[in-house]
Amino acid sequence: MHDETLLRIENAGRVFGGGRTLLGKPKRGVHAVQDVSIEVRRGETLGVVGESGCGKSTLARMIVGLDRPTAGRIIFEGRDLVAEAGRDLRRLSREVQYVFQDPVASLNPRKTVRTILEAPLIHLLELGREQRKARLTELMDAVNLAPEFLDRYPHEFSGGQAQRIGIARALAADPKLIVLDEPVSALDVSVQAQVLNILDGLKQRFGLTYVFISHDLSVVESVSDRVAVMYFGRIVEIGSGRAVFGEPRHPYTHLLLNSAPAPGRRSLAAEDAETELPDPYDPPPGCSFYARCPRRSDTCNAVVPALEGVAGADGQMAACFHPHGGR
Amino acid sequence: MAEVAAAPPARRSSGRPDGLRLLLNNSLATGGLIVFAVIVLVALAAPFLPLPDPDATEPVNRLLRPLEAGHLLGTDALGRDILSRLIWGTRVSLAVGISATLIAAFFGSLIGLVAGYVGGRVDTLLMRGIDMVMAFPYILLALAIVAVLGPGLLNALYAIAVVNIPFFARNIRGISLGVSRREFVDAARLSGKSNAQILFIEVLPNVLPVIIITMSTTIGWMILETAGLSFLGLGAQPPQADLGSMLGDGRKILFSAPHVSIIPGLMIFALVMSINLLGDGVRDVLDPRLKSGALTRPVARTAVMRDAQPPMQRTDGAVLDVRGLRTEFHIGGEIYKAVGGVDLHVKRGECLGIVGESGSGKSVTAMSIMGLVPTPPGRIVGGTAMLGDEDLFAASDERIRQLRGAAVSHVFQDPLSTLHPLFTVGDQLIEAIQAHQPLSKAETSAKAADLLKLVRIPNPAERLNAYPHELSGGMRQRVCIAMALANDARIIIADEPTTALDVTVQAQVLSLLDALRKERDTGILFITHDFGVVSAICDRVAVMYAGKFVETGSTEDILSAPAHPYTAKLIDCVPVLGQPERRLDAIAGRPPVVNRLPVGCAFAERCPRAQDDCRAAPIPLVDFAPGRAVRCIHPLVGEVADA
Repeated sequence: MHDETLLRIENAGRVFGGGRTLLGKPKRGVHAVQDVSIEVRRGETLGVVGESGCGKSTLARMIVGLDRPTAGRIIFEGRDLVAEAGRDLRRLSREVQYVFQDPVASLNPRKTVRTILEAPLIHLLELGREQRKARLTELMDAVNLAPEFLDRYPHEFSGGQAQRIGIARALAADPKLIVLDEPVSALDVSVQAQVLNILDGLKQRFGLTYVFISHDLSVVESVSDRVAVMYFGRIVEIGSGRAVFGEPRHPYTHLLLNSAPAPGRRSLAAEDAETELPDPYDPPPGCSFYARCPRRSDTCNAVVPALEGVAGADGQMAACFHPHGGR
Repeated sequence: MAEVAAAPPARRSSGRPDGLRLLLNNSLATGGLIVFAVIVLVALAAPFLPLPDPDATEPVNRLLRPLEAGHLLGTDALGRDILSRLIWGTRVSLAVGISATLIAAFFGSLIGLVAGYVGGRVDTLLMRGIDMVMAFPYILLALAIVAVLGPGLLNALYAIAVVNIPFFARNIRGISLGVSRREFVDAARLSGKSNAQILFIEVLPNVLPVIIITMSTTIGWMILETAGLSFLGLGAQPPQADLGSMLGDGRKILFSAPHVSIIPGLMIFALVMSINLLGDGVRDVLDPRLKSGALTRPVARTAVMRDAQPPMQRTDGAVLDVRGLRTEFHIGGEIYKAVGGVDLHVKRGECLGIVGESGSGKSVTAMSIMGLVPTPPGRIVGGTAMLGDEDLFAASDERIRQLRGAAVSHVFQDPLSTLHPLFTVGDQLIEAIQAHQPLSKAETSAKAADLLKLVRIPNPAERLNAYPHELSGGMRQRVCIAMALANDARIIIADEPTTALDVTVQAQVLSLLDALRKERDTGILFITHDFGVVSAICDRVAVMYAGKFVETGSTEDILSAPAHPYTAKLIDCVPVLGQPERRLDAIAGRPPVVNRLPVGCAFAERCPRAQDDCRAAPIPLVDFAPGRAVRCIHPLVGEVADA
């Protein structure tokens, strides 16, 4: 069931700023996302991990049409989304939906839950009054909330409940793909588990495909079939969750895994304070991880390594000249 | 799950009183409301009152003084009854002022909304147009408009409305800009709403309070401007009365018959003053920034109102020894027991972690120690906090000031909001040092550089001149740690110091803190929600739930064999790296609200092991093994031991 490609991102890039001033002087731009190519297969959960500023949220916003790539194409079931979203976002929104990071900020404080959930039913599905009523009951049931909640305002909800409403809204239009942008990072740990379990249940029940974006490695590991690791706007490693977390090839993935705290883990690998993200206005000519990398060589600082298949690993790819061997 | 079965609890009135009651609490605004209501009622009732015709001249009775028979407020130069003219004139002034406000609010808000929502070129174009209108002195512009349209009340109304459009447009544009970038606007877009729908259905309701605030503070001003134009003879034309033209009529005879101009003058004063007081009151009620409590200024130290002095007990070798700490928040008649009896102690070089979810009281515990909980509404109602031989809750304000940042220092979650954006890192470090140590300038600078070196910041001397925004998040947190160490703190209270940081940076900061506390023998009270972080740095852990410690013990013991069901659940519900197959065991239900705590165990409602005796009486925290204590009468380890 995981074979058919649902979404294909081809060499997508997004530059913020740039262009020219009134006098024709070029302005500096920041490459938030650079040359990203990913395939998302029907029915899978693709996890995207990375630290703040790595471009993962920009990637998410491009997939749902809230932002346009400045380079490359995004193809959903054979349709070019970029061109389509420019003309009519509604067609895209029927297929691809989004769950926001901050559950409370993503709900309009002056609307009841009913009004919020009815919007996609009215504008995307054009349902009549009776159908909407039935669908609302169905949605509230799907995210495990009592129907009485429909006539309340967002501020009356806890974070976990608000996020479930956000999920219900994404679900309302009956999409095929849901992009989840840090859906549990604003929640308390006990609530986080509730939401993750609900997401898992919904995926089985409605045959959904997820793109799950998070900075939390353990959360991504627990939900994803495949994982992409992003650093400084590029994908540095991609492969099955088991492979990427079990036998990481890229030194950055290694560093991430060794830095993550876990109950019972006494010492964390810590780098020197010198190591920092490169200046986005002045990106390094070669690999952006060069300055922090323990395995660097001169080639790394000269050429950007391409994302290539790793020898001996099925489907696992890493953008590194000196990848780690299997563990 | 539980939530579907159990109907949501009935809606209770929130702790905050509603808008009208808040307004009536403000005596100035209430006064304004009463005066304004009386004026409006009288003006509205003008046709029904037994008043003479305001325009009927009677030269025989000209310039009668007030309180003459038949003319309560006297007559003017043409013998017209001033009372009648005053009431009819107020009616006209009010009508013009209010309609001008409505017109200006409508067009101004529309321009502001569109400019803020669309942004880009449209914004630039609209706002530069508005700037051009603002570049002229308003009265000059109004004069010019009336000059073109010709004098008359209606034209004056247009002129005043136009002149005030920029005021609304600029105010609303700012708010609209902020609201339009909020996530729910993106969400509405993905729900299929068109731009017009988003603008008027999503954005407008959130901007409305600001429009109303702006209107309530503008009406008075508009009435004044109308009066001004009429005074100059450009507004109301004779014989029609309005407050400004009455004032103008009386001007020439100000000395011979002062009442002719003083009476409408007083009316303008009463009207505008009452509207402004009312408007300020409305603003205070509606403005979200003021709602969050900006009007109540907390004092520099939490109020201590202990009912009884608890007996002194000391733990050997403890730098900080807190006993029976209780902190409460008193908000609108409700008492929130945020911390309900906490005992903790930290030894030299030791790291004690307090773990809990949001609302468990872990931060309030930490803030209470140095009196950083805002008062009002917070107050410490019980317990002692011994720093060495000194009870911090009994110490003088001056003594607490000396200790803050010296013997006890803090590291907070967000280094960007902790550091002052306008001063360099060096200035702030030097300030922290000089507040407690009388060193010369050169010595202080050298010490500041040493501190940066201590927290492993490369090129410390150079970095002293950097502003906080020039540093990365990890570097900023290092600076905060350096400040905490500036005066040889005996104990550092670190409140989620790595939560805002990326994992790789978090690892750096944690290992730095761990190394420093060993090098300098400093105790750390470490607040976090993450058991992974606890493992990395804490020697001992206290798990907090609903304002109380439910379990304490060494990190290894608690992680390997949690005794309290809550601790066990809290560990189980977090995914663990390297164990993707593990099922996440969510904790059903929600924590109790701390203003309505149950008598017995606060966790009983969510606990799978709960029995009737759990809910019957308060559960004490009992030691069950060396260095371990649990607040549970059916603990997880008890059974194992019995078997």
